[in-house]
Amino acid sequence: MGKGIAITGMGIISAIGNNVEENYRSLVEGKKGISRIVKIDTVHKDALMVGEIDFTNQELEAYLGLDTNNNYSRSALLGAYAARQAVSDAKITDVNSSKTGLVSATTVGGMDKTEQYYYKYFEDKKVQKYIEGHHAGDSTQKIAEQLGIHNSLVTTISTACSSAANAILFGARLLKSGKLDRVIVGGTDGLSKFTLNGFKTLMIQSDTYNTPFDENRKGLNLGEAAAFLVLESDKSVQRENKEVLAYVKGWGNANDAFHQTASSEHGDGATLAMQKALKVGGLKGEEIDYINAHGTATPNNDLSEGRAFLRVFGNGVPDFSSTKGYTGHTLAAAGGVEAVFSVLALRHNVIFPNLNFKNPMKEFHLRPRAELKKRKLNTVLSNSLGFGGNCSTLIFSKEA
Amino acid sequence: MKPVYINSVASISAQSTFDNSVFLEDIAEHTDNVIRAMNPNYKEFIPPAAARRMAKGIKMGVATSKIALKEANLENVDAIITGTGLGCIADSEKFVSKIINDNEEYLTPTSFIQSTHNTVAGQIALGIGCKGYNFTYVHSSISFESALLDAKLQLENDEAQNILVGGVDELADHHIKIHKLVNHIKKDVVNSRDLLESGTKGAVFGEGASFFVLSNEKSETTYAQVLDVTAYNSLPAEELQNGLKSFLHENSLEIEDIDIVVLGNNGDIDYDTYYNLLSQGSLKNTAQVYYKHLCGEFNTASSFGIWMATKMIRTQRIPEAVRLNGIQPSKIGTVLLYNQYRGENHSLVLLRGC
Repeated sequence: MGKGIAITGMGIISAIGNNVEENYRSLVEGKKGISRIVKIDTVHKDALMVGEIDFTNQELEAYLGLDTNNNYSRSALLGAYAARQAVSDAKITDVNSSKTGLVSATTVGGMDKTEQYYYKYFEDKKVQKYIEGHHAGDSTQKIAEQLGIHNSLVTTISTACSSAANAILFGARLLKSGKLDRVIVGGTDGLSKFTLNGFKTLMIQSDTYNTPFDENRKGLNLGEAAAFLVLESDKSVQRENKEVLAYVKGWGNANDAFHQTASSEHGDGATLAMQKALKVGGLKGEEIDYINAHGTATPNNDLSEGRAFLRVFGNGVPDFSSTKGYTGHTLAAAGGVEAVFSVLALRHNVIFPNLNFKNPMKEFHLRPRAELKKRKLNTVLSNSLGFGGNCSTLIFSKEA
Repeated sequence: MKPVYINSVASISAQSTFDNSVFLEDIAEHTDNVIRAMNPNYKEFIPPAAARRMAKGIKMGVATSKIALKEANLENVDAIITGTGLGCIADSEKFVSKIINDNEEYLTPTSFIQSTHNTVAGQIALGIGCKGYNFTYVHSSISFESALLDAKLQLENDEAQNILVGGVDELADHHIKIHKLVNHIKKDVVNSRDLLESGTKGAVFGEGASFFVLSNEKSETTYAQVLDVTAYNSLPAEELQNGLKSFLHENSLEIEDIDIVVLGNNGDIDYDTYYNLLSQGSLKNTAQVYYKHLCGEFNTASSFGIWMATKMIRTQRIPEAVRLNGIQPSKIGTVLLYNQYRGENHSLVLLRGC
């Protein structure tokens, strides 16, 4: 049986709060962050609802102390903001005092600037600084710079909506193998016209509040967020006598190998990912106390994921809820956001409600937990399922 | 810990590399500042109807993955791990420009779907029905090395037995134009033979895909063992030689143990200084080779470097066109690779013949 990897710090910024405490308060108060689009200049303003973060880019730049010549995309700004919180939460004062790496995740990268300056690059020299910031790794390089990580392993994962979960998974592997002593893991995605229009062409975006696992669900709301965890090796925890928030106990990634964007009808990939994570964690299905579902509220995802629950847990499907009703679907960041929420659930012994749920789906009897529930939790399972059939499961636990 | 082997190789590049029975015998010379990958007959690898819908990056990735699987005598693998700096960038460009040109109207999903960075890994999985681990790393010039490291750790710990690992990047029009604006692409064309003497800023951009089957079981097709791989987000020039030494020491090696070093020089006068530090410094007496004059510079060009290193080990031959100095090693056993892009994202890889 595998021993868990210690989590010693967390940081988050999402549509429901600018730090861990604010996010927690919104979660228990049932306060959603979904609204009409304010910050993006799009013709779809009235047709879509999103989970936008309050801070403007200028406010984030000021917080990070960047000068006006900076070339940070929104994903880089949000990522640096959340990652700095995580490092400070872990009480790390000198990030280079032991072998510390960074594994971030993004799908959007610097696309927000690319779509703004696509043609302007040829006319205005001043905006050409953003050309270098387009590629996905750029946001991660900037986060590393903000954290002061030098001469170390810094990389980026992009596997669509499971990206941050995979960053956590790879971080766990790096610690297990002894490659690093500490690793900051998570993901960041700002909203962009690119993704708003992309999901619009797939016709899986809701024009109202998303309703995960509801019979009448109309699709997802996109959101923006960044969330990071600090993972540390046992040696590092002991040496510095660190408080451990929770453990990453199990992890698994599998591929649906069914369709480029849709999930298979019976959730083959999700089933395999959950089974792998249980195996890595040395856990039985009945030992899972709560599932923070991927639950995007698209017709396809919720059916496929629900069926996978039945395949893995049979008649004993644990309490589950999707928190996408609060934050929207934050794409590459989602696995990081929901990792933070899973740790909060464990620490406060609370199951967060699945907002906007009214009618059970006709295909099965599963009902998400629609009300806040206080209950002792020892293990929480979190799913992240994405394009390219990419399915990931993480299991968080109180005990190593 | 189990040893990790490269059991098959495949490459599509600006050279004729997709036929594994030859190794850079005929060099295609290019006189340009952007060089494209040569297309194999894709019909041999992908049904024509499917190929029509695929971006060049997907086609290159799928075809090389098939060559690599075939050479390793495998129909499936336990995991697929790819590296790509920009994913299917041509589709990203198609979608962004349509958003702008048509003011967010009349869009269709195809190019959006394909623009996702993990499209190639997903398409390979779909093609061979691989339900295993499927990852894509997207971190500039260490995208491929990240994939290699992930695969190596899994194989060492016996979490998997066979893993398909590859690097792929394609060229696209807007990408080329804007990188010319900022001189990341050389202003003037240069002949590939003269790349390192160009004395100008920027690189000659290229594209390509190189895929490998890595395994923790040695087989009759084994090319080399992967001893180590490491990457650094930053590495100041003055720390480079010490960085190399401690990397070698971690592997119980000295400079003298290296038979050949494969360097990532791209002819950029501002950044080739890093390579020169090693080639004129601690690796002065080591046989040196380079490759970006053959394949161009792109985020996963270093996967071409690995391809070249494995072929040199297999054939025990250094192609004339890639020599940086006249030193002839007594054998091609231990090979070191060093790469960086614009002074960031450095990587060191160690291979050994077996």
